[in-house]
Amino acid sequence: MIDSSSTTGHVVGINGNMVTVQIDEGSVVQNEVAFVLVGEMNLKSEVIKVLGQQCYMQVFEDTTGITVGMKVNFTGEMLAVGVAPGILGEIYDGLQNPLELLDNKDGFFLQRGQYQEPVNHEKTWEFTPLVKEGDKIRAGQWLGEVPEHHLSHKILAPLGMLGVAKVKKISSKGEYTVKDVIAELELEGKIIKVTMLQEWPVKKAIKAYKERIFPEELLTTKQRLIDTMFPVSRGGTACIPGPFGAGKTVLQHLLSKFSNADVVIVVACGERAGEVVELINEFPEMEDPQTGGSLMDRTIIICNTSSMPVAAREASVYTGITLAEYYRQMGLDVLVLADSTSRWAQAMREMSGRLEEIPGEEAFPAYLESRIAGLYERAGLVKLHNNEKGAVTLIGTVSPAGGNFEEPVTQATLKVVGAFLGLSRKRSDERKYPAIDPLDSYSLYIDQMADSLNEQMDPDWTKMVKKTKELLSTGAEVGKMMTVVGEEGVNVDDLTKYLKSELVDFTYLQQNAFDDVDCAADLSRQAKDFKLLYKVLSTPFDFDDKKEARKFFTDLQDKFYQKNYVETDNDKYSELTGEIEEIIVSGGGKIV
Amino acid sequence: MFKEYTRIKNIIGDIIELEADGVSYRELASITNTNGEVSLAQVIRIEGSKVSLQVFSGAKGLSNIAKVRFLGHPMRVGYSENLLGRIFTGSGVPMDGKPEIENAEDINIGGPSVNPVKRVVPHNFIETRIPMIDIFNPLVESQKLPIFSTPGEPYNELLSRIALQADADVVILGGIGLKFDEFIGFRRKFEEGGIMDRTVMFIHTAADPVVERLLVPDMALAVAEKFGIEGKRVLVLLSDLTAFADALKEISVAMEQVPSNLGYPGSLYSDLASRYEKAVDFDGAGSITILAVTTMPGGDVTHPVPDNTGYITEGQYYLNNGVINPFGSLSRLKQLVIGKVTRKDHGAVMNSMIRLYAKALESKKKISMGFEKTEEDEKFLKYADLFQERFMDLSVDVSLNDALDMGWKTMAECFSAKEVGIKKEILDKHWPEK
Repeated sequence: MIDSSSTTGHVVGINGNMVTVQIDEGSVVQNEVAFVLVGEMNLKSEVIKVLGQQCYMQVFEDTTGITVGMKVNFTGEMLAVGVAPGILGEIYDGLQNPLELLDNKDGFFLQRGQYQEPVNHEKTWEFTPLVKEGDKIRAGQWLGEVPEHHLSHKILAPLGMLGVAKVKKISSKGEYTVKDVIAELELEGKIIKVTMLQEWPVKKAIKAYKERIFPEELLTTKQRLIDTMFPVSRGGTACIPGPFGAGKTVLQHLLSKFSNADVVIVVACGERAGEVVELINEFPEMEDPQTGGSLMDRTIIICNTSSMPVAAREASVYTGITLAEYYRQMGLDVLVLADSTSRWAQAMREMSGRLEEIPGEEAFPAYLESRIAGLYERAGLVKLHNNEKGAVTLIGTVSPAGGNFEEPVTQATLKVVGAFLGLSRKRSDERKYPAIDPLDSYSLYIDQMADSLNEQMDPDWTKMVKKTKELLSTGAEVGKMMTVVGEEGVNVDDLTKYLKSELVDFTYLQQNAFDDVDCAADLSRQAKDFKLLYKVLSTPFDFDDKKEARKFFTDLQDKFYQKNYVETDNDKYSELTGEIEEIIVSGGGKIV
Repeated sequence: MFKEYTRIKNIIGDIIELEADGVSYRELASITNTNGEVSLAQVIRIEGSKVSLQVFSGAKGLSNIAKVRFLGHPMRVGYSENLLGRIFTGSGVPMDGKPEIENAEDINIGGPSVNPVKRVVPHNFIETRIPMIDIFNPLVESQKLPIFSTPGEPYNELLSRIALQADADVVILGGIGLKFDEFIGFRRKFEEGGIMDRTVMFIHTAADPVVERLLVPDMALAVAEKFGIEGKRVLVLLSDLTAFADALKEISVAMEQVPSNLGYPGSLYSDLASRYEKAVDFDGAGSITILAVTTMPGGDVTHPVPDNTGYITEGQYYLNNGVINPFGSLSRLKQLVIGKVTRKDHGAVMNSMIRLYAKALESKKKISMGFEKTEEDEKFLKYADLFQERFMDLSVDVSLNDALDMGWKTMAECFSAKEVGIKKEILDKHWPEK
């Protein structure tokens, strides 16, 4: 595991998880990995600052027992992940150690200094070549493929290779381990031996593609409030800020279950271990509707929960996004859910404090914004050299202190994401789930994707959505007025607008995560349901009095609500749809 | 065998600095003052030969020629079955007048976290005989829950009651910044309730040095973890973690760390989480359940301590005006036991009773605003009074099943079966005959 460079040093200072090292011999690379030798143990660390012959390192483990004078071995390599077939379905810690293997070795606890290979080196994979000898090839292009669960896992030419190489040798179809050489490439007279396993530094983006392209397609989450009102594109970015108890966790779980991506990477960054345990237990049992396999087969869990070492928490988010970029190189759709980016930012803050850097707002480092921007920029839709498309969509949760969105992490995130799904305590107190505030939230993708949405859903789709949003805000204004002057103080027209907005909220925006049918609404259903709802919204009813209006909407609301709990292919669904249309027409006499 | 140092360079608050070699991070040292008093201290920073230590008993009266002897190991706590029934200070010294524990196994405090794959999904209901908890937000074995309370509320009485009535093999009380009277109150109740022989107490009172306050949760949880691995179901009670956070603040300011929010260190979230995350249901062994008091300065839930806590814990109980508030309180794990481990009608009773009580409060509000009292309102007012008397009053002591029956009875006394919004199958089975 420890490939030593010739550089060595010794410890001269310890402060929390930061260790100061005097370099005895050799050179040092910023962000390289080094190991502190504590007795029999090697503690993994990362160089974060070089100052003359001294460097500062963050240790990814508990630093208890480190003594001045202890030896440090440098590797010369930046913190990297191993990428190869066998990653899907794994549960890793922030540094890509498989937790199951640590489990076998270390019992109940995660003892420090234990590192495991991310993938099995003995297991063989059925390799099929996709190139032949003499072919020209660039970094990240496909040399061959192996089946990994439901996917065809492409074996990529070395990601860091510069220039165009020639295939000298390629293995024939057969079973190989990830350490077997499956190809030899010739680049500028040098021979590069290629195995299925390669390493990539987590803090560097993988850019072995032709170009980034404009995201114009929808990532379906089966959550009506998101897909219809605040859609996220494939290759887009979104953030979900919210105070505790507003339903972030449940929403994250829904997204990881129902989003129609090829690969979902859940980064549990500084959150509760219990939540990860639920995923670990639930996902293998759940069926992935797209493949029929288990949901775990398309999922990778990176788990650095709140009591695990802070420096590894900082790394965990990068580990997640790097694995995502790797699968994107295969022309796949990858969704990364980072929960929570606030804990990641706090890890940076802790380190910055120990480095005695001049603090910015709320003691976050001055580079907070650029780090957040740098992370979200790694998402994106790309065109590969073979013109296939791949996407990394990144959705991060934010846990603002006191639920106040003015704080630095939320603000820095808002500057760089395309969709803002703000959770509100008020809505969650009223048990309106998902508690995404329909008035504060926004998505820039709805205009960006307008053409494809209108084609997919309805020629007037984006127009209808826009109108509905306007209605929601008018309704909210009327509602506010009514709390001051009472129902007597508004006229029938305004009340009707209010009731319409309530109808949208209650029967469309709200969705029951714990109901087998209502928890997921696919796109075709959303198109049907929304158009029916819009029929109500766009009809100018003329009620005699408020009582009549209320009664009308109560009946309607009940039908729409019941319909949410019925499968679309059920007779009851068409029955309810018919009844709703009748009710609308029954208000017909009243239509102006 | 360990070298002794007799020259302390700086004394800043409760932190001392001296020149020493071969010292390791978090190592413990014993300091003998010129008057013979001995205290423990822990290494919290090393810069070359300059070593900073926090002195557990505080640096008041400490001479700069006190003897400092490094002990070669980090802070430990002695573990043994014989801990049961005993009371210790924040640094693990017996304070019940009895001798030191013999043949105790030394275990490090603040150990590594449990591998998530060695956890099981919580599934056992812990009955507390407090209906506001059992019916509405049941406590689940291995849950971590704070009691958010404004100062002056009877939170320690609540903790004592839960300790006496909950079904746990071992109870561990960590008192952090307790008033002396509160400590005596706990001890008396535990003795009277007959649970002292399965209890261990680590007590730091408000008069004790601030550094010891930081040790209490770690000592309590290290012992709890050991009992848990031995297969015991452990209930850990901590009061009050806001005092713990304040001690963190004090130390970090003395260490000249940049504060993040209201003077608290940037690591507050991690510091609290590493303690709360000790709550666990071990795969194939016992469990640790944590109930902690978090007093909210000024009753403000957005204050950094309750705010960070809320993100860490699996729900919270709000204690105000002497009752557990049914609306803000939440047990995130309740769906794992309601109707699965508990009676099938539990979920329906819980939801309907809460909904009716919310409506009852609306009626009350309406009437207080001078609107006319309708027949409907009368029903709700009656219900509200009964609800408060039979369920919310903290002195009510009933089993869950009796409380559920009482729930049906109360609803039936005030409403007709049609008005409570419960599915027919359940109603048919449980609705009391007139």
